[in-house]
Amino acid sequence: MAQAVINEDIQIKNVFKRFGDFEALKDVSLSVKAGERVVICGPSGSGKSTLIRCINGLERHESGSIIVDGITLAERGASLQQIRSRVGMVFQQFNLFPHLTVLDNITLGPIRSKKLSRVQANKLAMTYLERVKIPEQAQKYPRQLSGGQQQRVAIARSLCMEPKILLFDEPTSALDPEMISEVLDVMIGLAETGITMICVTHEMGFARRVADKMVFMDEGKIVEMAPPSKFFDAPNTQRCKNFLKQILQH
Amino acid sequence: MKKLIILFLAVAFLPGCSDDWGWYVVNPYNRSGLINLKFLLSGYYFTLLLSFTSILISVVVGLLVALPGLSKNPWLRNFNRVYVEVVRSVPILVLILWVYYGLPPITGLDVTVFWAGVIALALSDSAFQAEIFRGGIQSIDKGQYEASHSVSLNYRDTMRFVILPQAIRRILPALGNQLVYMLKMSSLVSIIGMQELTRKANELVVTEYRPLEIYTVLVLEYLVLILVVSAGVRWLERRLQSDERG
Repeated sequence: MAQAVINEDIQIKNVFKRFGDFEALKDVSLSVKAGERVVICGPSGSGKSTLIRCINGLERHESGSIIVDGITLAERGASLQQIRSRVGMVFQQFNLFPHLTVLDNITLGPIRSKKLSRVQANKLAMTYLERVKIPEQAQKYPRQLSGGQQQRVAIARSLCMEPKILLFDEPTSALDPEMISEVLDVMIGLAETGITMICVTHEMGFARRVADKMVFMDEGKIVEMAPPSKFFDAPNTQRCKNFLKQILQH
Repeated sequence: MKKLIILFLAVAFLPGCSDDWGWYVVNPYNRSGLINLKFLLSGYYFTLLLSFTSILISVVVGLLVALPGLSKNPWLRNFNRVYVEVVRSVPILVLILWVYYGLPPITGLDVTVFWAGVIALALSDSAFQAEIFRGGIQSIDKGQYEASHSVSLNYRDTMRFVILPQAIRRILPALGNQLVYMLKMSSLVSIIGMQELTRKANELVVTEYRPLEIYTVLVLEYLVLILVVSAGVRWLERRLQSDERG
């Protein structure tokens, strides 16, 4: 465990990524220690989602290197599969499997890619459903649940793979306001377990409470990186000041 | 629907009371009529066997042709396009004749009437199945692939457990249409001597000289068959959809 704290879970070095003519990431470098909680914010189109989608290979970076838990993210093949079994991801649109029950949504990954037996997987799934406080919904289908409940199922689905790292891609942006806090509560609970977390979010109250490191991105670059106390009270750049002013107004 | 059927029966059978018609050929209450009727009905065996065997094969082949069509590799995509375009432009009747008379000398294989029919029907239908599958798979949201990747599923498992179960629910009405189409197209295989419904009717017409009555029975045979199959498909659709809604 002591060693894990010293090790860096994620090392991103000089990463570039373009979509056609649009440069989504320009020379981005970021390292995240094991157990660290990073919140990434910035205006839309700033590359924050693209950055975390590069970490588990949903987007391919063009140059630079990404090392996750000691494994270099290569173009294809085994390394990608290995990284994905260690990195969980929670999406803005939940992306639950609509034809499967909540329980089957959660156990599909562990059964197929970790070769767990159905009994083991079900047991594990129930412990995580209890962690997100909806064990009673196990036999329902996603469309029978509210948005907040669906997102909590999605979190349980990621946790059931027992990842070292969890990525959150604007997990509360598609939710009705009254459901945001139930999801944030679960995420705060997770932060206390010591799992490495990278969250793209505009929930600044959450960020202030759990983040070890704040990252502000604009136009494909990391503009500012600081602990939350410094980040919120004395940001270095004008762009970051303006952004915070706008987002904290409401 | 029921009213339509009764109307059709009335139009078909009422004139039979006059002397111009000879329903005796298929009247189950006299001996030769019963034999003739049984002869006609026995055609169901090969119509069903032929159609269902063909559609099973064409669904599998269609899926195998559809998947390369969704690939990023242009060669695989071209294979899909060429297969679909070429197979789709040959009329089924021509395909049946070609498979029956052309395939044995080319391959040296002994192709029976039944398998010639199956190959021709399945081949022809597979091009349509491929297009149906491609559309169904493309209609599935990109997020489903991303979620599958994020729980470390490989391509096969993603397709098998996430994408195809959803795609098949969506294309079920189209697959039902293809099944009905196949049942009807199987009548064309009569031309190479397959003993299915149409061939039996043709043979009986030659011996009894009563085309009007015998072909009327043939029409009814197909009508009943297709109504039953359509009802079955609709039942299956409802069952699969209630799964999702719970």
